[in-house]
Amino acid sequence: MEPTDRYYWDGPAPETPAQSSTPAPWKDTTIVGKPVVRVDAYDRVTGSAIFPSDVVLPDMLHAAVLWCPHGHAMVKHVDTSAAEKMPGVRAVLKDGTPGTNIPWFQSRGFSSRLFDPHCRYEGEEVAAVAADTIYQAWDALRAIKVEYDLLPHVVTEEDAAKTDAPAVRDGGNVPPAGRPYERGDVAAGFASADVVVERTYTTPCELHHPAELHGCVAKWDGSRLTVWESTQGVYAIQNSVAAALNLPLANVRVIGHYMGGGFGSKLSTGKYSIIAALMAKKTGRPVRLFLTREQVALTMGNRPPNTIWLKAGVRRDGTLVALESRSRGTGGAYAGGGSPDFLIRELYLCPNVRCENQDVYINAGPQRPFRAPGHPQGAWALEQMMDELAARLGMDPIELRVKNVPTFSQSRGGNPPYTSTLLKECLVDGAKSFGWTEARKRPPAAGHIKRGVGVAAGMWQGGGGSPPSTAIVKLFADGSANLNMGASDIGCGTKTWAAQIVSEELGVPLDRISIEHADTGTTQFATPSGGSKTVPTESPAIRAAAIQVKEQLMAMAAEQLKVPAADLELRGSEVVSKSEPTKKVAVGAIGGFRSRGVVVGVGYRGPNPSGKVANPFAAQFAEVEVNALTGEIRVVRFLAAHDSGRPMNEKTYQNQVFGGITMGIGFALTETRVMDREHRGKVLTQSLHDYKMPTALDAPADKSVVILDPHDTEVNTTGAKGIGEPATIPTAPAIANAVFHAIGVRLADAPMHPVRVLDALADHAGAKGRKRG
Amino acid sequence: MGHDDTNTDTLPARGVSRRGFITTGVTGAIGVAAAAKLAGATTDAQGAAIVKAGEMVAVTLMVNGRQRKMLVEPRWSLLHIVRDHLGLTGTKVGCERGECGACTVLVDGVPRYACMALAVEADGREVTTLEGLMTGEDMGPTQRAFAEEDAFQCGYCTPGQIMAAEGLLRANPSPSLDEIRAGMGGNICRCGAYAHIFKAVAKAADLKRQGR
Repeated sequence: MEPTDRYYWDGPAPETPAQSSTPAPWKDTTIVGKPVVRVDAYDRVTGSAIFPSDVVLPDMLHAAVLWCPHGHAMVKHVDTSAAEKMPGVRAVLKDGTPGTNIPWFQSRGFSSRLFDPHCRYEGEEVAAVAADTIYQAWDALRAIKVEYDLLPHVVTEEDAAKTDAPAVRDGGNVPPAGRPYERGDVAAGFASADVVVERTYTTPCELHHPAELHGCVAKWDGSRLTVWESTQGVYAIQNSVAAALNLPLANVRVIGHYMGGGFGSKLSTGKYSIIAALMAKKTGRPVRLFLTREQVALTMGNRPPNTIWLKAGVRRDGTLVALESRSRGTGGAYAGGGSPDFLIRELYLCPNVRCENQDVYINAGPQRPFRAPGHPQGAWALEQMMDELAARLGMDPIELRVKNVPTFSQSRGGNPPYTSTLLKECLVDGAKSFGWTEARKRPPAAGHIKRGVGVAAGMWQGGGGSPPSTAIVKLFADGSANLNMGASDIGCGTKTWAAQIVSEELGVPLDRISIEHADTGTTQFATPSGGSKTVPTESPAIRAAAIQVKEQLMAMAAEQLKVPAADLELRGSEVVSKSEPTKKVAVGAIGGFRSRGVVVGVGYRGPNPSGKVANPFAAQFAEVEVNALTGEIRVVRFLAAHDSGRPMNEKTYQNQVFGGITMGIGFALTETRVMDREHRGKVLTQSLHDYKMPTALDAPADKSVVILDPHDTEVNTTGAKGIGEPATIPTAPAIANAVFHAIGVRLADAPMHPVRVLDALADHAGAKGRKRG
Repeated sequence: MGHDDTNTDTLPARGVSRRGFITTGVTGAIGVAAAAKLAGATTDAQGAAIVKAGEMVAVTLMVNGRQRKMLVEPRWSLLHIVRDHLGLTGTKVGCERGECGACTVLVDGVPRYACMALAVEADGREVTTLEGLMTGEDMGPTQRAFAEEDAFQCGYCTPGQIMAAEGLLRANPSPSLDEIRAGMGGNICRCGAYAHIFKAVAKAADLKRQGR
C-alpha cells in the first residue's frame, strides 16, 4: 500500500486555486516563532470558552444512549413501553422507530444500521431517550427491557485467527491480506549480514480518552439543522450528518469553536449526532447528547494492538542490509488493524525490506486514527531492534542510527528526496544537549534502584500538509483585523500561530486580531485538524490572504502618495516609501481604504513541491530509574530533539512535544485495554481507575526540547512541518531502551508494567516459579 | 452508568445502596449533616429515610460569594446543579465517577470532585468555581499563571486543574515541586501539559505571595 497522510479525510479532497504569486520565504521574523501567550488563553482559563458540552439552549432536552452490555449479541426484543411513560421523557428511539432505518458506514464496504440488532461489540447502540433532565433520561434507560440472544465472542487476535473461531463478521475474521511491501531481496540481504537478530514485539490497545466526552447539541430551525459538536473537523461532521439525514450540505451547520481533545478519535462523528438530530426533530426541542466515559472507552476508537515480528541484518560496520517484518493487528469488529510498518520501510537506509501486515476482526470497538497511526507501534519494534543491534555490534546506538540516515524516501515511488531532514542533527545535537556520552558511561548503581538512559528516533509519514485550504483576512479601517478559517483548534494553538502570521505580514498586534473558525456556516472549508498537517496546510493560505490584503493596501496608498506601489512597504501602522521615507501615510488615513471600510484578502494553499516529500523527524532521549525489587519504572528525565520545520510558536511547540512524550509514557508503562476473554467479551478497563493514563505523578518535570529548524524553503511558504504526531512516536522505545540500559533486560511487550519487569528480571536471572502468563 | 438510580419501588436494592453511600461513603460532619437533613428530625444516620425521586429538598449554597437558595433532588450531584442549574459551565464533566478531576471545585476552600459530591452535601457551604476566581473580567493569579505558562492545550481539564492548584495554594502557599505534583495528582490532563502545569502552580504561588 502506498503511504498516505490523508487518513483524516476519507475520499478525494478538492484542490484549491493557485495563488497568483508565491511569496519568498521569511528570513527573520518579528512574531512568528516567538513564545507568545495564546490568543485564547483567557477564554480557556476563565471558563468563557464555551465547549460543545457547555452549550445550553432554551427548552433543551438531555439525551442518553442505551448500549449493549455483551461482547457479542443479537437484540431480540426491546420493550420501551415503561420508559415512554416515565416523567419528563419526550422521545424514545430504538430499531424500528420510524426514521431510524439509517445505514451507518462502519468501514469500506461494510455498513450497519443506526440501531443494528447485531451487536458485534460491547457498547453498540440499542436505544436512546431524551428527557427534560439527564437524570430522567437515565431513569428511563434503566426501565427499557432488552432481550438478547448471546452469541459466542472472540476478543483476542490469536483466538480470532483460529479456523473454528466464532465469526465476528460474515466472511470470517481474517480478511485477505494486502500485498506485502517489498524492495530488494531480503534473503540475499540476510545472507550478507554479519549479525542477524529477530524478535517479536507486542503493543497495547490504547484508548484515546480525550478530556471532553464525545457528543453534541442538535437544534432544528425548520428544515435547517445546527450541530455543536466536540470535533476535530466541522466539515467532516457536516458531510456525514448531511449524508445520513439526506440533507443538503447548506442545511447542516456544524460549529466546533472549542473542543476538549481528540487525538484522532474526533476526526469523524458517531451515531450520537444522528440520534440527537432525530430526537430534536421528533420533539421540536434542542437535544444535548454526550456519551459517558464508559461509552467513550467502548466505542470511540483505540490504537490497534499489534504483534510485530521483526528480523534485522546488519554488517559489522553498522550498515543495515535487511529488514523483514510480519505484523498482526486488530481494529475491532469493523476496522483494520493498522499498518505499523512505515518506519521499518522508511526510517533507515536499507536496500532489502519486506513487510507484511495482517488484520484480524474481534468483538471489540472499532479503532480510530490515534496520534500517528501505526507509528508508535512500529517504532516500539524497530527502535528496540536498533538498540539491540548496536549492543550486539558493540556500537553506540546513536552511531548506528547516524550511519543509516537517509536523505530520500525509500518506500515511495521514484524515491523522492525529502524537502528537508535533520534526523542526523536530531540524534547528534540531541545527544549533546542530553549529556548522552557521560550518562552512558556512568557506572551502574549498587542498590536496587537502577538508572539507565536510552534513545530512539522517528519520523511521521505525514506532516507536510497539502491543499485544499482557503483563508480570508479582513482589515478594518482602524487597522485591526479579522481572520476567517475553517480549521479547528484542538489544543495545539492553531488560532494563536494563525494570528501570529497575520501579525507578521500586516503588523497588526495580536490583541487587535479576532478569529472566526470551525463553523461550516461562516468559515472556509478545511479538512479536519489531524495528521500533524494543520500548520503546514493552513499557514500558507493564511499568509497568502494577509499578503493579498497588503497588496491592495499598497495600491491604495500608492494612489494617494503618488508613488509606485512597488516602492511602498508597511512599517508598523504606516505605509512608507522606501526611496523617500518622508512620503508616508498611516494605514487608517488611506482615503480609499477609509471609504471602503474593509479590505478583504483571500488566500489559497498552493500545491506541494513536485518530486519531493515533506516529513518531520525526531530523536528522543530518556533517563529512567528501575526498581529491581518492585518492577516499577520511573521516567526521571526526558529530552526531545525535533525537526518539524520552522516553529510557529516556541511555547505551543514545546507544549505539543511534552504532551506527546506524556502520551508515549502511557503507551510504554501503563495504558492497555483489557478484555474478558473467558466469559462475556467485555472490556474490563472501562474506568479511568482501571485504564491508567499518566498523571502529574508519572510525567517527569525535567523535560526539554531541542528545536532544530532546517530553514526549509521548499516545503511551503512558511517553512513549517507538523509536530503533534512525531512527538509521541519515539517515546516508548526510548524508555524501553533506557530500561535495558538500566537492568540489562529487554522488554518487548508494552506496557512495561511492574509484573512484566519482575518476570523479565526473574527469567533473566534464571529463576523459576515466578512466571505469570 | 454515570447517574444514580432512584426508582426505589421497583429496585429496592438501589435505595439501600444509596443510603449506604450517604452513611458510610461520606465522612465526618458533612455526612451527618446531609443524613440529618434527609432524615428530618432524627440525627441518627443509620435511620436516615429515603427521599423518593422527584421530592425536592431545599438547600442554600454560597456559590462564588452569592447566596443561592434552591430546591434539589437529593440525588443530584453538585456538578449537576453548578452546570445545569446555575449555568456555571466553567466546571467541566469528564467522567462523573471521581476519576479525572475536570469537575474540581472548592468546597469551603478545599478541592472536591463536584461529580462525587451531592448538592445536599454542599448545603450551607461555600462553593467556589473557576468563575469565582475572577474579579470582574480580571483573571485571578492562578488563572494568570496558567495562561502565561501555557499550562494547558485543549483547555477542557484546565478549570479543574486551576481549582486544584488554587486549593493547594490556599493550604500550602509555598509548595515544593513534589508537593505540587502530589497536589495536582488527582487531575488528569490527557494533552499532557503537566510540565507547564508544574511551572504555572509555582508561578501562581509567587504571584499570590506578591499579592498580585
